[in-house]
Amino acid sequence: MNTAQLPGGPDSLGMGAKLSPVTRLLSTAALVLAVMASMLPLISGEAVFLGLFESPFLAVSALAAVLVLTPYRFRFFHGPAAILALAGVSYGLAFALIALIGRHPGMAGHGFWAYVAVAWAMAWLSVEEMAALSPRNPLLRRLVSLAIPLSFGVWLLILWQVLVVGFAVPKVLLPAPADIWTRLLASPAILWADFRQTFLKGVLVGYAVGCGSGFLVAILVDRVPFLRRGLLPIGNLVSALPIIGVAPIMVMWFGFDWPSKAAVVIIMTFFPMLVNTVTGLAAADRIQHDLMHTYAANYRQTLAKMRLPMAMPFIFNALKINSTLALIGAIVAEFFGTPIVGMGFRISTEVGRMNVDMVWASIAVAALAGSLFYGLVTLVERAVTFWHPSVRG
Amino acid sequence: MSSAALSVSPRSPFAGLLQGTAGPVIVVVAAIIAIWYLAAVMLNTPFQRDIYKRGGVENAPLAQLVADTLSQDRPVLPAPHQVAVELWDTTANKAVTSKRSLIYHSSITLSSTLLGFVLGTGLGIVLAIGVVHSRVLDKSLMPWVISSQTIPILAIAPMIIVVLNAIGISGLLPKAMISTYLSFFPVTVGMVKGLRSPETIQLDLMKTYSASRIQALWKLRLPSAAPYLFASMKVGVAASLVGAIVGELPTGAVAGLGARLLAGSYYGQTVQIWSALILAAVIAASLVALIGLAERIVLKRMGMGQ
Repeated sequence: MNTAQLPGGPDSLGMGAKLSPVTRLLSTAALVLAVMASMLPLISGEAVFLGLFESPFLAVSALAAVLVLTPYRFRFFHGPAAILALAGVSYGLAFALIALIGRHPGMAGHGFWAYVAVAWAMAWLSVEEMAALSPRNPLLRRLVSLAIPLSFGVWLLILWQVLVVGFAVPKVLLPAPADIWTRLLASPAILWADFRQTFLKGVLVGYAVGCGSGFLVAILVDRVPFLRRGLLPIGNLVSALPIIGVAPIMVMWFGFDWPSKAAVVIIMTFFPMLVNTVTGLAAADRIQHDLMHTYAANYRQTLAKMRLPMAMPFIFNALKINSTLALIGAIVAEFFGTPIVGMGFRISTEVGRMNVDMVWASIAVAALAGSLFYGLVTLVERAVTFWHPSVRG
Repeated sequence: MSSAALSVSPRSPFAGLLQGTAGPVIVVVAAIIAIWYLAAVMLNTPFQRDIYKRGGVENAPLAQLVADTLSQDRPVLPAPHQVAVELWDTTANKAVTSKRSLIYHSSITLSSTLLGFVLGTGLGIVLAIGVVHSRVLDKSLMPWVISSQTIPILAIAPMIIVVLNAIGISGLLPKAMISTYLSFFPVTVGMVKGLRSPETIQLDLMKTYSASRIQALWKLRLPSAAPYLFASMKVGVAASLVGAIVGELPTGAVAGLGARLLAGSYYGQTVQIWSALILAAVIAASLVALIGLAERIVLKRMGMGQ
């Protein structure tokens, strides 16, 4: 794409490997900042005033940062060892900073923020180096491609924690990740009950019925060309509509308990499944139809052996879209009325009681459930459509 | 219609109805309305019988029963004409500034939808440019952009509103932020695809011109991403509207289509719910159509139209 990303010549592993302009700038800035900040106050409250050398662990980490950054900046130090050193020191620094600010919330001085920036820059540099690696070993390559987004996520949490505690943001506005984690561990019974009510009953039942009926109707529609021409534009239109608005109606019709939530999920998941399956069933080529014809295959055999397998990528696309829609539908439907259990109920009532850490704990459970659900569908997809270029490649 | 045409195709005059898409769509819509009426009669009958029993009406004739079920005050399922009348009443017959006017409510929802959509599209384009140009962003950010959508963010919509209200930010922005979150995703994914759509040979040509990365972005990547941008904007604007409506659900909001839905569900005003719902559908459809129109005009002027 550009010269900086092209693999260099034979010297790309040796001393001559140049840093890209951004990397050079970032490492220089980090190095200068790490040295200069040792003179700035870390903690500057009314009663306390701490410099770097009153906090031994941080002082050691800052020294390590300088010792790693200097040779890295001047290219004496690179490759996997540099990645490990940069990452290790950045996490050590981050840990020291979190521990320090935890003792003096809201009293962060300029030196503190400078070291946050240094730690972040080192993490960025380590990821930059890691992204340039292309290990031969497939296991190692997989590990690298996992470590990069993972470190991004971890740094999101670190910055969240440091910013919230450093600026002493009120808990009502935004709790720190550590507080949310404590709350998550403290109330598993409530969270499990909510999860069972919303996910295991409302979402799963609605998802199964909605996707199943969408699939069956699609096969029916596919059989009748008239219906296909008439329903497909309408299905496409309905997929773009704010269907979530039927939630209050469903709650009126089916009561407060989970069937009304399942009904909302059914309506939300039906149309994406219908449209995708109908599109997928038309995916087979003329020549493939001709082949089935020469085999004297009847409608059923053609459907089962050729057209359904060909439609599978489209069907799984709908299953993936629906997996996120289903969770949203069930939770939002609970805003319109529930028995006193359920994720949506928990979120809306705890907001009213200003228990924001409980709300975030519920959201964390929902996010985890949503991601796992999506991941599960993706795994099944890889197993079923193993022949598709996007999976093989 | 000439006699020659008739002699060539001895089909019924209704045959044209079965061709193309317009005919089938009209038939399907008519069928949906018919089913709607039937369902309205069936769902409203138990309550109507209750009224008759209390009113002492014995053996009401079927015609009267049907007529009565279609004109209840708070039906379980309002008939289409009731919704249409309510829609007409609350849009055409009310002053635009009135709190009872649906135009007023939908203008509030629409403004936060559009603000969120513009912010989301901008954010999406910026993220996509970053992802295409930085290997680190590509490898670290993209997985999170995708997994951000598995988080049911709509669930925290009420909280975002309440919290932002608490620190004095109220009005459009909190709702627009939810719309932004929902609409940036399709734009990011579509634009990454679009910015990468120029072929190697075209990028090589830019290099032989010794074009900088910014010039290559401006003269090659962005123009070739235009079709992708419009396709993802259609998805994004629909998501934006959903975000704005859900953002109006918490008790703080008193205006907007979402607030109309919530008020309707509190007071059992089913006709009100359905009319808000239909209007939301109309708005969504016209927003998508509007972007489709812009797409046709822009792509035609860029020489990419059909």
